[in-house]
Amino acid sequence: MIAARALEKRYGAKRALRPVDLDVERGGFVVVTGANGSGKTTLLRLVAGLAAPTGGELEVDAERGGLGFLGHEPLVYRDLTAVENLDLYGRLYRVPERRERVGMLLERFGLWEARNDRAGSYSRGMLQRLALCRTLLHDPELLVLDEPFTALDSAGAELLDRLLEEVAGTRTILLSTHDPTRVAPLATGGLALA
Amino acid sequence: MSYAADVVALARKDLRLELRARDTLPAMALFVVSTLVVFHFALPAGADELAAQGLLWVALVFTALLGLARAWAPERESGALEGLVLAPCDRSAIWLGKALSVLVFLTAIEVVALPAFAQFFSPVGWETVAGVALANIGICTVGTLLAAMAAASRTRELVLPLLFLPLAIPLVVGGVGASVSEEPGRFLAFLGLYDALFAILCWASFEYVVSE
Repeated sequence: MIAARALEKRYGAKRALRPVDLDVERGGFVVVTGANGSGKTTLLRLVAGLAAPTGGELEVDAERGGLGFLGHEPLVYRDLTAVENLDLYGRLYRVPERRERVGMLLERFGLWEARNDRAGSYSRGMLQRLALCRTLLHDPELLVLDEPFTALDSAGAELLDRLLEEVAGTRTILLSTHDPTRVAPLATGGLALA
Repeated sequence: MSYAADVVALARKDLRLELRARDTLPAMALFVVSTLVVFHFALPAGADELAAQGLLWVALVFTALLGLARAWAPERESGALEGLVLAPCDRSAIWLGKALSVLVFLTAIEVVALPAFAQFFSPVGWETVAGVALANIGICTVGTLLAAMAAASRTRELVLPLLFLPLAIPLVVGGVGASVSEEPGRFLAFLGLYDALFAILCWASFEYVVSE
Protein backbone atom coordinates (compact mmCIF):
# COMPACT_ATOMS: atom_id res chain seq x y z
CA MET A 1 0.00 0.00 0.00
CA ILE A 2 2.96 2.30 0.65
CA ALA A 3 6.15 2.00 -1.36
CA ALA A 4 9.01 4.44 -0.99
CA ARG A 5 12.39 4.30 -2.64
CA ALA A 6 15.22 6.59 -1.58
CA LEU A 7 12.56 8.96 -0.30
CA GLU A 8 14.18 12.17 0.85
CA LYS A 9 13.11 15.58 2.09
CA ARG A 10 15.19 18.73 2.27
CA TYR A 11 14.28 22.24 3.28
CA GLY A 12 16.92 24.23 1.44
CA ALA A 13 20.28 22.99 2.66
CA LYS A 14 18.77 21.29 5.70
CA ARG A 15 18.00 17.59 5.32
CA ALA A 16 14.79 16.69 7.17
CA LEU A 17 14.73 13.05 6.05
CA ARG A 18 17.68 10.99 4.85
CA PRO A 19 16.96 8.72 1.85
CA VAL A 20 14.78 5.91 3.09
CA ASP A 21 13.10 2.81 1.62
CA LEU A 22 9.74 1.71 2.97
CA ASP A 23 7.22 -0.97 2.05
CA VAL A 24 3.92 -1.39 3.84
CA GLU A 25 1.59 -4.14 2.67
CA ARG A 26 -2.18 -3.68 2.79
CA GLY A 27 -3.20 -4.57 6.32
CA GLY A 28 0.37 -4.10 7.56
CA PHE A 29 1.37 -2.31 10.74
CA VAL A 30 4.74 -0.62 10.49
CA VAL A 31 6.30 1.19 13.42
CA VAL A 32 8.67 4.06 12.72
CA THR A 33 11.24 4.83 15.39
CA GLY A 34 14.17 7.17 15.66
CA ALA A 35 15.68 9.92 17.72
CA ASN A 36 14.31 13.45 17.75
CA GLY A 37 15.02 15.09 14.42
CA SER A 38 15.54 11.79 12.60
CA GLY A 39 12.65 12.54 10.25
CA LYS A 40 9.74 10.50 11.63
CA THR A 41 7.24 13.32 11.37
CA THR A 42 8.58 14.33 7.97
CA LEU A 43 8.18 10.77 6.67
CA LEU A 44 4.61 10.55 7.92
CA ARG A 45 3.73 13.95 6.46
CA LEU A 46 5.14 12.84 3.11
CA VAL A 47 3.00 9.70 3.18
CA ALA A 48 -0.07 11.74 4.12
CA GLY A 49 0.55 14.11 1.21
CA LEU A 50 1.07 17.12 3.46
CA ALA A 51 4.60 17.60 2.16
CA ALA A 52 6.22 16.91 -1.17
CA PRO A 53 9.40 14.82 -1.44
CA THR A 54 12.55 16.48 -2.75
CA GLY A 55 14.08 13.16 -3.81
CA GLY A 56 13.22 9.53 -4.43
CA GLU A 57 9.87 7.97 -5.18
CA LEU A 58 6.73 7.51 -3.12
CA GLU A 59 3.57 5.60 -3.96
CA VAL A 60 0.59 5.53 -1.64
CA ASP A 61 -2.29 3.39 -2.79
CA ALA A 62 -5.03 5.23 -0.92
CA GLU A 63 -7.26 8.10 -1.89
CA ARG A 64 -7.39 11.26 0.19
CA GLY A 65 -10.70 10.21 1.70
CA GLY A 66 -9.24 6.86 2.69
CA LEU A 67 -6.45 8.28 4.79
CA GLY A 68 -6.61 9.18 8.47
CA PHE A 69 -3.78 11.38 9.70
CA LEU A 70 -2.93 12.18 13.29
CA GLY A 71 -0.15 14.73 13.62
CA HIS A 72 1.32 16.86 16.38
CA GLU A 73 -1.49 19.41 16.01
CA PRO A 74 -5.09 18.28 16.62
CA LEU A 75 -6.24 19.94 13.35
CA VAL A 76 -9.48 21.10 14.96
CA TYR A 77 -10.97 24.56 15.48
CA ARG A 78 -10.50 25.76 19.04
CA ASP A 79 -13.64 27.92 19.01
CA LEU A 80 -15.86 25.07 17.84
CA THR A 81 -17.14 22.36 20.14
CA ALA A 82 -16.09 18.75 19.73
CA VAL A 83 -19.42 17.94 18.07
CA GLU A 84 -19.18 20.90 15.68
CA ASN A 85 -15.61 20.02 14.72
CA LEU A 86 -16.45 16.39 14.01
CA ASP A 87 -19.67 17.33 12.23
CA LEU A 88 -17.71 19.63 9.90
CA TYR A 89 -15.17 16.93 9.08
CA GLY A 90 -17.96 14.38 8.78
CA ARG A 91 -19.61 16.51 6.13
CA LEU A 92 -16.38 17.04 4.21
CA TYR A 93 -15.59 13.29 4.34
CA ARG A 94 -19.21 12.40 3.45
CA VAL A 95 -19.49 10.12 6.44
CA PRO A 96 -22.74 8.16 6.29
CA GLU A 97 -24.91 8.39 9.43
CA ARG A 98 -22.62 11.18 10.56
CA ARG A 99 -24.31 12.05 13.83
CA GLU A 100 -24.39 8.48 15.05
CA ARG A 101 -20.74 8.00 14.13
CA VAL A 102 -19.71 11.24 15.86
CA GLY A 103 -21.65 10.29 18.99
CA MET A 104 -20.19 6.80 19.04
CA LEU A 105 -16.60 8.08 18.76
CA LEU A 106 -17.07 10.79 21.38
CA GLU A 107 -18.49 8.25 23.77
CA ARG A 108 -15.76 5.75 23.06
CA PHE A 109 -13.00 8.29 23.65
CA GLY A 110 -14.59 9.61 26.84
CA LEU A 111 -15.52 13.02 25.46
CA TRP A 112 -19.31 12.68 25.47
CA GLU A 113 -19.78 14.76 28.60
CA ALA A 114 -17.59 17.52 27.15
CA ARG A 115 -19.03 17.27 23.64
CA ASN A 116 -20.52 20.77 23.73
CA ASP A 117 -17.43 22.44 25.19
CA ARG A 118 -15.13 24.37 22.91
CA ALA A 119 -12.04 22.46 21.89
CA GLY A 120 -9.97 25.42 23.11
CA SER A 121 -11.04 24.65 26.67
CA TYR A 122 -9.83 21.04 26.44
CA SER A 123 -6.69 19.77 28.13
CA ARG A 124 -3.86 18.52 25.91
CA GLY A 125 -4.95 14.93 26.52
CA MET A 126 -8.58 15.67 25.63
CA LEU A 127 -7.43 17.41 22.45
CA GLN A 128 -5.46 14.31 21.53
CA ARG A 129 -8.58 12.19 22.09
CA LEU A 130 -10.56 14.58 19.90
CA ALA A 131 -7.85 14.39 17.26
CA LEU A 132 -8.13 10.61 17.35
CA CYS A 133 -11.91 10.90 16.86
CA ARG A 134 -11.27 13.14 13.84
CA THR A 135 -8.71 10.70 12.45
CA LEU A 136 -11.04 7.71 12.74
CA LEU A 137 -14.28 9.49 11.84
CA HIS A 138 -14.40 8.33 8.22
CA ASP A 139 -13.13 4.83 8.99
CA PRO A 140 -9.98 5.23 6.86
CA GLU A 141 -8.23 2.28 5.25
CA LEU A 142 -4.80 3.82 5.92
CA LEU A 143 -3.93 5.26 9.32
CA VAL A 144 -0.88 7.50 9.61
CA LEU A 145 -0.32 8.18 13.30
CA ASP A 146 2.49 10.41 14.48
CA GLU A 147 3.24 9.64 18.14
CA PRO A 148 -0.41 8.97 18.93
CA PHE A 149 0.21 8.20 22.61
CA THR A 150 1.50 11.72 23.25
CA ALA A 151 -0.40 13.54 26.02
CA LEU A 152 -2.77 10.63 26.66
CA ASP A 153 -3.23 9.54 30.25
CA SER A 154 -3.07 5.83 31.09
CA ALA A 155 -6.80 5.35 30.42
CA GLY A 156 -6.51 7.13 27.06
CA ALA A 157 -3.42 5.12 26.13
CA GLU A 158 -5.20 1.86 26.99
CA LEU A 159 -8.14 2.97 24.90
CA LEU A 160 -5.80 3.55 21.98
CA ASP A 161 -4.13 0.16 22.60
CA ARG A 162 -7.53 -1.55 22.30
CA LEU A 163 -8.41 0.41 19.20
CA LEU A 164 -5.14 -0.50 17.50
CA GLU A 165 -5.74 -4.14 18.37
CA GLU A 166 -9.17 -3.95 16.74
CA VAL A 167 -8.04 -2.35 13.51
CA ALA A 168 -4.68 -4.12 13.12
CA GLY A 169 -4.86 -6.46 10.16
CA THR A 170 -7.93 -4.86 8.65
CA ARG A 171 -6.41 -1.39 8.27
CA THR A 172 -2.96 -0.39 7.12
CA ILE A 173 -1.12 1.45 9.86
CA LEU A 174 2.04 3.55 9.82
CA LEU A 175 2.80 4.72 13.32
CA SER A 176 5.73 6.61 14.79
CA THR A 177 6.59 6.30 18.45
CA HIS A 178 9.38 6.59 20.99
CA ASP A 179 8.01 3.53 22.76
CA PRO A 180 7.94 0.71 20.17
CA THR A 181 7.48 -1.97 22.85
CA ARG A 182 3.94 -0.72 23.42
CA VAL A 183 2.81 -1.66 19.91
CA ALA A 184 5.37 -4.39 19.23
CA PRO A 185 2.86 -7.31 19.52
CA LEU A 186 0.75 -5.79 16.73
CA ALA A 187 3.54 -4.63 14.44
CA THR A 188 4.29 -6.47 11.21
CA GLY A 189 7.38 -4.43 10.49
CA GLY A 190 9.56 -1.61 11.65
CA LEU A 191 11.65 1.20 10.31
CA ALA A 192 14.38 2.78 12.38
CA LEU A 193 15.41 6.20 11.14
CA ALA A 194 18.94 7.37 11.79
CA MET B 1 -24.15 19.55 -5.45
CA SER B 2 -21.67 18.18 -2.94
CA TYR B 3 -19.25 20.96 -3.93
CA ALA B 4 -21.85 23.56 -2.99
CA ALA B 5 -22.58 21.70 0.26
CA ASP B 6 -18.87 21.76 1.14
CA VAL B 7 -18.66 25.49 0.41
CA VAL B 8 -21.73 26.19 2.55
CA ALA B 9 -20.42 24.02 5.41
CA LEU B 10 -17.06 25.80 5.36
CA ALA B 11 -18.56 29.30 5.14
CA ARG B 12 -21.04 28.51 7.91
CA LYS B 13 -18.16 27.33 10.08
CA ASP B 14 -16.43 30.72 9.63
CA LEU B 15 -19.59 32.65 10.44
CA ARG B 16 -20.12 30.52 13.54
CA LEU B 17 -16.51 31.10 14.62
CA GLU B 18 -16.90 34.85 14.21
CA LEU B 19 -20.23 34.97 16.02
CA ARG B 20 -18.63 33.10 18.88
CA ALA B 21 -15.20 34.73 19.10
CA ARG B 22 -16.10 38.21 17.74
CA ASP B 23 -12.49 38.70 16.73
CA THR B 24 -12.89 40.44 13.40
CA LEU B 25 -16.20 42.23 12.82
CA PRO B 26 -16.09 44.63 15.80
CA ALA B 27 -12.50 45.57 14.96
CA MET B 28 -13.40 46.19 11.31
CA ALA B 29 -16.47 48.28 12.25
CA LEU B 30 -14.51 50.39 14.70
CA PHE B 31 -11.69 50.84 12.21
CA VAL B 32 -13.87 51.97 9.32
CA VAL B 33 -15.91 54.40 11.41
CA SER B 34 -12.85 55.92 13.10
CA THR B 35 -11.08 56.20 9.75
CA LEU B 36 -14.06 58.11 8.32
CA VAL B 37 -14.06 60.37 11.40
CA VAL B 38 -10.34 61.06 10.94
CA PHE B 39 -10.90 61.82 7.24
CA HIS B 40 -13.80 64.07 8.15
CA PHE B 41 -11.53 66.25 10.24
CA ALA B 42 -8.50 65.88 7.98
CA LEU B 43 -10.28 66.97 4.80
CA PRO B 44 -10.15 70.75 4.46
CA ALA B 45 -13.49 72.52 4.73
CA GLY B 46 -14.94 73.07 1.29
CA ALA B 47 -13.09 70.13 -0.26
CA ASP B 48 -14.99 68.72 -3.18
CA GLU B 49 -16.98 65.51 -3.32
CA LEU B 50 -14.42 63.81 -5.53
CA ALA B 51 -11.84 63.86 -2.77
CA ALA B 52 -14.37 62.48 -0.29
CA GLN B 53 -15.24 59.60 -2.65
CA GLY B 54 -11.56 58.71 -2.87
CA LEU B 55 -11.31 58.64 0.90
CA LEU B 56 -14.30 56.29 1.13
CA TRP B 57 -12.45 53.77 -1.00
CA VAL B 58 -9.25 54.16 0.98
CA ALA B 59 -11.23 53.42 4.15
CA LEU B 60 -12.95 50.39 2.58
CA VAL B 61 -9.77 48.86 1.17
CA PHE B 62 -7.87 49.17 4.43
CA THR B 63 -10.81 47.85 6.43
CA ALA B 64 -10.96 44.87 4.10
CA LEU B 65 -7.24 44.37 4.63
CA LEU B 66 -7.84 44.22 8.37
CA GLY B 67 -10.45 41.49 7.88
CA LEU B 68 -8.31 39.58 5.41
CA ALA B 69 -5.38 39.57 7.82
CA ARG B 70 -7.58 37.63 10.27
CA ALA B 71 -9.29 35.46 7.66
CA TRP B 72 -7.10 32.37 8.10
CA ALA B 73 -6.28 32.92 11.77
CA PRO B 74 -8.53 30.08 13.05
CA GLU B 75 -6.89 27.64 10.65
CA ARG B 76 -3.40 28.89 11.54
CA GLU B 77 -3.89 28.62 15.29
CA SER B 78 -4.60 24.91 15.38
CA GLY B 79 -3.30 23.61 12.09
CA ALA B 80 -6.88 23.09 10.94
CA LEU B 81 -6.00 24.05 7.38
CA GLU B 82 -4.10 20.76 7.09
CA GLY B 83 -7.22 18.98 8.29
CA LEU B 84 -9.21 20.63 5.51
CA VAL B 85 -6.52 19.93 2.92
CA LEU B 86 -6.57 16.24 3.84
CA ALA B 87 -10.33 16.03 3.36
CA PRO B 88 -11.49 14.59 0.04
CA CYS B 89 -13.39 17.73 -0.95
CA ASP B 90 -12.22 19.89 -3.83
CA ARG B 91 -9.61 22.23 -2.33
CA SER B 92 -11.04 25.22 -4.16
CA ALA B 93 -14.12 24.78 -1.94
CA ILE B 94 -11.94 25.77 1.02
CA TRP B 95 -11.06 29.03 -0.74
CA LEU B 96 -14.61 29.69 -1.88
CA GLY B 97 -16.07 29.04 1.56
CA LYS B 98 -13.57 31.44 3.10
CA ALA B 99 -14.15 34.07 0.40
CA LEU B 100 -17.91 33.87 1.00
CA SER B 101 -17.52 34.39 4.73
CA VAL B 102 -15.17 37.35 4.16
CA LEU B 103 -17.76 38.74 1.74
CA VAL B 104 -20.43 38.52 4.43
CA PHE B 105 -18.17 40.31 6.93
CA LEU B 106 -17.25 43.04 4.46
CA THR B 107 -20.86 43.59 3.42
CA ALA B 108 -21.90 43.82 7.06
CA ILE B 109 -19.24 46.46 7.66
CA GLU B 110 -20.34 48.46 4.65
CA VAL B 111 -23.89 48.53 6.01
CA VAL B 112 -22.30 50.62 8.76
CA ALA B 113 -19.68 52.42 6.66
CA LEU B 114 -21.86 53.80 3.87
CA PRO B 115 -24.40 55.52 6.14
CA ALA B 116 -21.48 56.85 8.20
CA PHE B 117 -19.92 58.23 5.01
CA ALA B 118 -23.23 59.81 4.05
CA GLN B 119 -23.41 61.39 7.48
CA PHE B 120 -19.87 62.83 7.41
CA PHE B 121 -19.46 63.66 3.72
CA SER B 122 -22.11 63.35 1.06
CA PRO B 123 -25.07 61.14 0.12
CA VAL B 124 -24.27 57.76 -1.36
CA GLY B 125 -25.75 57.11 -4.80
CA TRP B 126 -26.72 53.80 -6.37
CA GLU B 127 -23.53 53.93 -8.47
CA THR B 128 -21.41 53.87 -5.34
CA VAL B 129 -23.43 51.04 -3.82
CA ALA B 130 -23.14 49.01 -7.03
CA GLY B 131 -19.41 49.77 -7.22
CA VAL B 132 -18.89 48.70 -3.61
CA ALA B 133 -20.86 45.48 -4.16
CA LEU B 134 -18.81 44.55 -7.22
CA ALA B 135 -15.52 45.58 -5.64
CA ASN B 136 -16.37 43.41 -2.62
CA ILE B 137 -16.35 40.33 -4.80
CA GLY B 138 -12.92 41.20 -6.19
CA ILE B 139 -11.54 42.05 -2.76
CA CYS B 140 -12.79 38.79 -1.29
CA THR B 141 -11.70 36.49 -4.10
CA VAL B 142 -8.21 37.95 -4.51
CA GLY B 143 -7.74 38.87 -0.87
CA THR B 144 -8.67 35.43 0.45
CA LEU B 145 -6.17 33.73 -1.84
CA LEU B 146 -3.40 36.19 -0.97
CA ALA B 147 -4.22 35.93 2.73
CA ALA B 148 -3.82 32.15 2.48
CA MET B 149 -0.42 32.65 0.84
CA ALA B 150 0.59 35.19 3.48
CA ALA B 151 -0.63 32.97 6.32
CA ALA B 152 2.14 30.51 5.56
CA SER B 153 4.75 33.24 6.01
CA ARG B 154 6.31 34.33 9.30
CA THR B 155 6.02 37.94 8.12
CA ARG B 156 2.36 37.63 7.13
CA GLU B 157 1.47 41.11 8.45
CA LEU B 158 3.93 42.60 5.96
CA VAL B 159 3.36 40.19 3.11
CA LEU B 160 -0.41 40.54 2.83
CA PRO B 161 -0.55 44.33 2.22
CA LEU B 162 2.41 44.08 -0.17
CA LEU B 163 0.59 41.45 -2.22
CA PHE B 164 -2.93 42.77 -1.88
CA LEU B 165 -2.68 46.52 -2.34
CA PRO B 166 -1.21 46.46 -5.87
CA LEU B 167 -3.97 44.09 -6.96
CA ALA B 168 -6.59 46.29 -5.29
CA ILE B 169 -5.64 49.32 -7.38
CA PRO B 170 -7.94 48.36 -10.29
CA LEU B 171 -10.78 47.92 -7.80
CA VAL B 172 -10.21 51.41 -6.41
CA VAL B 173 -10.00 52.83 -9.93
CA GLY B 174 -13.24 51.10 -10.90
CA GLY B 175 -15.01 51.95 -7.65
CA VAL B 176 -14.06 55.62 -7.62
CA GLY B 177 -14.81 55.84 -11.33
CA ALA B 178 -18.28 54.34 -10.84
CA SER B 179 -18.92 56.78 -7.98
CA VAL B 180 -17.90 59.99 -9.74
CA SER B 181 -18.15 59.34 -13.46
CA GLU B 182 -21.07 60.42 -15.59
CA GLU B 183 -20.91 57.01 -17.21
CA PRO B 184 -20.74 54.63 -14.25
CA GLY B 185 -21.71 51.65 -16.41
CA ARG B 186 -18.24 51.47 -17.98
CA PHE B 187 -16.57 51.30 -14.59
CA LEU B 188 -19.09 48.81 -13.22
CA ALA B 189 -18.48 46.61 -16.24
CA PHE B 190 -14.74 46.91 -15.61
CA LEU B 191 -15.27 45.80 -12.00
CA GLY B 192 -17.43 42.89 -13.18
CA LEU B 193 -14.70 41.82 -15.61
CA TYR B 194 -12.07 42.04 -12.86
CA ASP B 195 -14.25 39.93 -10.57
CA ALA B 196 -14.84 37.24 -13.18
CA LEU B 197 -11.20 37.06 -14.26
CA PHE B 198 -9.72 36.92 -10.78
CA ALA B 199 -12.39 34.60 -9.42
CA ILE B 200 -11.43 32.05 -12.07
CA LEU B 201 -7.70 32.57 -11.47
CA CYS B 202 -8.03 32.25 -7.70
CA TRP B 203 -10.36 29.26 -7.95
CA ALA B 204 -7.88 27.46 -10.20
CA SER B 205 -4.75 28.37 -8.24
CA PHE B 206 -5.80 27.76 -4.62
CA GLU B 207 -4.84 24.09 -4.93
CA TYR B 208 -1.21 25.17 -5.49
CA VAL B 209 -1.29 27.63 -2.60
CA VAL B 210 -2.15 24.93 -0.07
CA SER B 211 0.11 22.29 -1.62
CA GLU B 212 3.73 22.41 -0.67
